[in-house]
Amino acid sequence: MTEQEKIRNFCIVAHIDHGKSTLADRIIERTGLLTEREMQEQVLDNMDLERERGITIKAQAVRTVYKAKDGEEYILNLIDTPGHVDFNYEVSRALAACDGAILVVDAAQGIEAQTLANVYLALDHDLEVFPVINKIDLPSAEPERVKEEIEDVIGIEAMDAPLISAKNGIGIEDVLEAVVHRIPAPKGDVSAPLKALIFDSLYDSYKGVIVFMRVMDGTVRRGTRVKMMATGAVVEVVEVGTFGAGQFLPCEELSAGMVGYLTASIKNVRDTAVGDTVTEADRPCAEALPGYKKVQSMVYCGLYPADGAKYPDLRDALEKLQLNDASLFYEAETSIALGFGFRCGFLGLLHLEVIQERLEREYDLDLVTTAPGVVYKVFKTNGEMIELTNPSNLPDPSEIDHMEEPIVKAEIMVTKDFIGPIMELCQERRGRYLSMEYIEANRALLKYELPLNEIIYDFFDALKSRSKGYASFDYDLKGYEPSQLVKLDILINKEEVDALSFIVHADSAYERGRRMCERLKDEIPRHLFEIPIQAAVGGKVIARETVKAMRKDVLAKCYGGDITRKKKLLEKQKEGKKRMRQVGNVEIPQSAFMSVLKLDEDK
Amino acid sequence: MKRLSLYIHLPFCVRKCDYCDFLSFPVTEETKQLYLNALRREIREYGAVYADRMIDTVFFGGGTPSVLGGEELSGLMETLRDFFFVAEEAEISLEANPGTADAHRLQCWRRAGVNRLSIGCQSLRDAELRLLGRIHDSADFYRFYDAARAHGFGNINVDLISALPGQKLSDWEANLRGVAGLAPEHISAYGLIIEENTPFYARYHAQDARRAAGEEPEACAGGMALLPTEEAERDMYHMTGEVLREYGYGQYELSNHAKPGRECRHNLVYWKRGDYLGLGLGAASCVDEVRWKNSEDMGAYLSAEHFAEEQRERAALELGERRSEAMFLGLRLTEGIDGAAFAERYGETMQALYGEWIQKMCREDLLEEREGFLRLTVKGRDLANYVMAGFV
Repeated sequence: MTEQEKIRNFCIVAHIDHGKSTLADRIIERTGLLTEREMQEQVLDNMDLERERGITIKAQAVRTVYKAKDGEEYILNLIDTPGHVDFNYEVSRALAACDGAILVVDAAQGIEAQTLANVYLALDHDLEVFPVINKIDLPSAEPERVKEEIEDVIGIEAMDAPLISAKNGIGIEDVLEAVVHRIPAPKGDVSAPLKALIFDSLYDSYKGVIVFMRVMDGTVRRGTRVKMMATGAVVEVVEVGTFGAGQFLPCEELSAGMVGYLTASIKNVRDTAVGDTVTEADRPCAEALPGYKKVQSMVYCGLYPADGAKYPDLRDALEKLQLNDASLFYEAETSIALGFGFRCGFLGLLHLEVIQERLEREYDLDLVTTAPGVVYKVFKTNGEMIELTNPSNLPDPSEIDHMEEPIVKAEIMVTKDFIGPIMELCQERRGRYLSMEYIEANRALLKYELPLNEIIYDFFDALKSRSKGYASFDYDLKGYEPSQLVKLDILINKEEVDALSFIVHADSAYERGRRMCERLKDEIPRHLFEIPIQAAVGGKVIARETVKAMRKDVLAKCYGGDITRKKKLLEKQKEGKKRMRQVGNVEIPQSAFMSVLKLDEDK
Repeated sequence: MKRLSLYIHLPFCVRKCDYCDFLSFPVTEETKQLYLNALRREIREYGAVYADRMIDTVFFGGGTPSVLGGEELSGLMETLRDFFFVAEEAEISLEANPGTADAHRLQCWRRAGVNRLSIGCQSLRDAELRLLGRIHDSADFYRFYDAARAHGFGNINVDLISALPGQKLSDWEANLRGVAGLAPEHISAYGLIIEENTPFYARYHAQDARRAAGEEPEACAGGMALLPTEEAERDMYHMTGEVLREYGYGQYELSNHAKPGRECRHNLVYWKRGDYLGLGLGAASCVDEVRWKNSEDMGAYLSAEHFAEEQRERAALELGERRSEAMFLGLRLTEGIDGAAFAERYGETMQALYGEWIQKMCREDLLEEREGFLRLTVKGRDLANYVMAGFV
């Protein structure tokens, strides 16, 4: 056997919670890379956040050696893909680095929308996909039903799918044998010019950027001058190696079919874009690998330090996070209400939340976040088009010819009983019905086109609550469409608060404006004077609430000389004041700026 | 000779009132005796520490100190005199519940030297008294008041609570005039506060929260009486000063009114940051710019060998804290804070320390400076916390 014939490059695809990471752990454990004691739960999810949320945010890879029943030793490269729709592009690049995929399906839950989306993505990349049925030891497991479902819905052979319990280590051997026998070996040309696919990268403060790649053709070793074909960066390789579990193992060279990493004192992950092709600078390959896309932020919001003096800290933290996350975009901006901060772009709302949480936890920052929005295209009467990421920058209505908003194609899988409520939800969110098909007697796949800005806030939560958790959801960006959009402004005590403005469809403006005013009324403390809160579109007030003037703020009680209670009360009152933002002569608590995110909670 | 005030906490009551969040509860006879023993030990321990002080005021508070038998109270007073130097002209106050008092007790108190009674009347309307969960009715109060006078108590305070559920402005006025007509030397008129961990909180918190947001309190399930609106509550407050003035009372603090020269000397010590020592369960002290508080744990208190070891939150006050306390305590007084005395005692003028806030408050008509005193305006009294928070 040649070297390539003994390599298997594969990934695991699954719906969230179906046991992908647990199976990965078992494979690593079984192939003896780590002893059980060394295994921390879910080796591949490195970040605390990943472990907590049970999702994978960054692609990871691990190389293990498996001695199969045929007596041969096989190198298994397992590439773990991110598990959320926000990271679809990363998923697609990780898949492109593989030759096959294990499809994990929960024996009780069966196929979910995300399962389907991921399987189709894998099949699109011509991967050999074979299913395994996980959690067979659950009392509610129905492996036979699930097998049938897989054959009916996806159309891949499932009758001899390994029945496993990743959690309890049942059937792992069967999975490994199937990897060896069902997933094809890579078929690269070792002597051809270097052609390798970047599927992720990581910034290390000693080595610089560590590029994760799959070598398709050719060979790369220390000293090779390589070129990133899309970004044009040319660097000299310092080190190549393979992936241990949580560590990097340097080696002599990486050749066609292998998965590994290279370092070259690269300072910025932007030079090593996911999906780019690495080739030799002096002997480039004829053409780059297909599928490279420039990462684009889908969701934008303003991030401001709660304490204005922490602005430099926030800038440093964003800089550091960006070293590792090329999809995070940020630029300085100023808000009248919030002072100095950043407009940040994210792949999606989960990405936003992850970054926000990391800033708060790892960098100990207290943040004020403005309402997230999508990128709108504003076509001006003078023929100019601007991509709007901050509602405050919307040109005067007289200069606007029309606007366009991003639309996604959404697939929602839902059990029969909840089709009605889910369709209603999609309707409310300005969805355009495309189709519905039953994938089995009790479950249907709904297809809708939905404006992205209708799903970025809380669509997922609404979906879950209206289907009692039985609906699953996946989406893909379809493109831009003209839309009747308006900017909703909030005036507090007659002054426009820039950080509270947002873009909304004209038909929802009144409703949102009304709810926004109600919410702000609860958030803004009473002042010595009456404060009108108004929502306005194009200077016309469409909703109003009033915060009544404070008539009384006194507690005169005598606790036998115990003044500590009073003191604490006054201190708390003062502390609360510190956490307010002054707009005109009104003090607005920071939570108010986030309240727009929670408009649907109290519905 | 340096002065010191004594506060003696007696955490007993016959029945806990529904609105009360003070440290008090009904106890068994046995616990009461153990408590009195512990209190005597504490008096002895501190008597030694403050042997060089002249005790200027004594205040028996609670709880309901009047639940003690007459001899128990006089015994306690005797112990105090044994271990402290109680000045001859000291003000010695005792809180009394009209439902617990009898001629014998009054006699004992007089003999023990108690010279000021603070009577928890709260209302003259029996329906309101029942609502509050008081153990007495208005007839009990009148009887007790007359008996106290008959026994020679020449300095009496009467406590009233305004803004009760269902109370109308005219109801409150009637209570005020009823009590003022008796001509006690002092009247304390507190607005009802819906405190956490009281039965009232469960009943009225929702209403109270709406009121705090400036809304009308709404009736909820159970047909409960409505709390007065914020407007009505303030109307009652401002009416209090006006009505009592007619009867010759001057308002000398946010909630306290007195005939000339009859201000409560003990409470003035708190507000003017004099030295006071609290004895008994959970009692608070501040002596020589150190604050502390006794344990609120009855078991720990009863078994304490050295009471100083059971203290909590003991803290020497830094200069900044002293100044800020002087501000928010001093502003409770109608006369306000004497600028010169402040500068003398705290080393800086109020203007130098808090000039910006003071000016802002003056502009908003919440504070005023008159003849060297800084004080709350009438409007400022409604917003005292808002003003005071600027000084902490």
